[in-house]
Amino acid sequence: MKFSILINEGPYTHQASDSAYQFAKAVLAKGHEIFRIFFYHDGVNNATRLTTPPQDDRNIVNRWSKLAEEHKLDMVVCVAAAQRRGIVDEGEAKRNGKDATNLAPGFRISGLGQLIEAGIQSDRLVTFGD
Amino acid sequence: MLNIVNKSPLDRGSLDSCLQAAEGGAILLIEDGVYGATKGSAGEAKLKAAGGKFKLYALGADAEARGIADRMMDGVTLVDYTGFVDLVAEYKTCQSWL
Amino acid sequence: MTIKKFMFVNRKAPYGTVYALESLEVVLIAAAFEQDVSLAFLDDGVYQLKKGHSTKGIEMKAFEKTYGALDDYDVNKLYVDQESLAARGLTTDDLCVPVEVMSRAALGKLIEDQDVVLSF
Repeated sequence: MKFSILINEGPYTHQASDSAYQFAKAVLAKGHEIFRIFFYHDGVNNATRLTTPPQDDRNIVNRWSKLAEEHKLDMVVCVAAAQRRGIVDEGEAKRNGKDATNLAPGFRISGLGQLIEAGIQSDRLVTFGD
Repeated sequence: MLNIVNKSPLDRGSLDSCLQAAEGGAILLIEDGVYGATKGSAGEAKLKAAGGKFKLYALGADAEARGIADRMMDGVTLVDYTGFVDLVAEYKTCQSWL
Repeated sequence: MTIKKFMFVNRKAPYGTVYALESLEVVLIAAAFEQDVSLAFLDDGVYQLKKGHSTKGIEMKAFEKTYGALDDYDVNKLYVDQESLAARGLTTDDLCVPVEVMSRAALGKLIEDQDVVLSF
């Protein structure tokens, strides 16, 4: 079965990203496919490579990057939400005159159409939020 | 429909709204939603009042994290994340009551 | 293109959080993808449709007009929970767009029929 996941909240403040991560791992372990993981609202904050969480706690951003790499996942960060919150890749930096980028590995910035497409193409779309 | 509720019923109205609006199917309590299924709580009363309209589940890992896995009400089945996945697969659609 | 029934469930008031505004943006994209789009307003979500948003004092972008523009995108299935309106002392006269008012149970039945249910 094809699953997609929508994550509406950023790392640490809400459990949403944690729950989504554990769910994603379980989806893959069961042999299902993950079509896309889409980050919206403050969820885009899961995609900054600049976090330094305490050493004795989980590194939310890094483990998403690692999961994406291991399983070739498509993790998409909504461009409009990213612009509002300062999640920037090379293209966005150039387009909007920013002097830095911060997008973590394994994520790509794209439009809301990717979320709708995920809803259309997947068998199941699960939302994690507040 | 698989209804997913992630907030405690004494904090938010999401469990109430779900119980009043949803047609049937299942309710899965995750995150702070698991408090809704503790024995002797207002949440237990609300879930019992639904009288079997929904199959009731709670995410075991979230109950354990909060030290309440040993006081879940009767009639709620604890599942792990794999069970969560199976529930999503079983029901045609899911709705997260945020 | 496959057409699926997308239901957007709105349960939160506008301006106190961003969800009302950002979920509208998804609605517009879903319409652009020619999907079968419905919006349900429950609990404090009904406040989103209250006429007369005037945001100069809080210096936030007002988006009441966007609800009115939904019709231009062929999004005209807006359902409002009767009990949520009543509990908030509102009637359809207070709302900025034409809606279909229904009981909570009827709304639940409608949501059950959808292919994709999105909450924000």
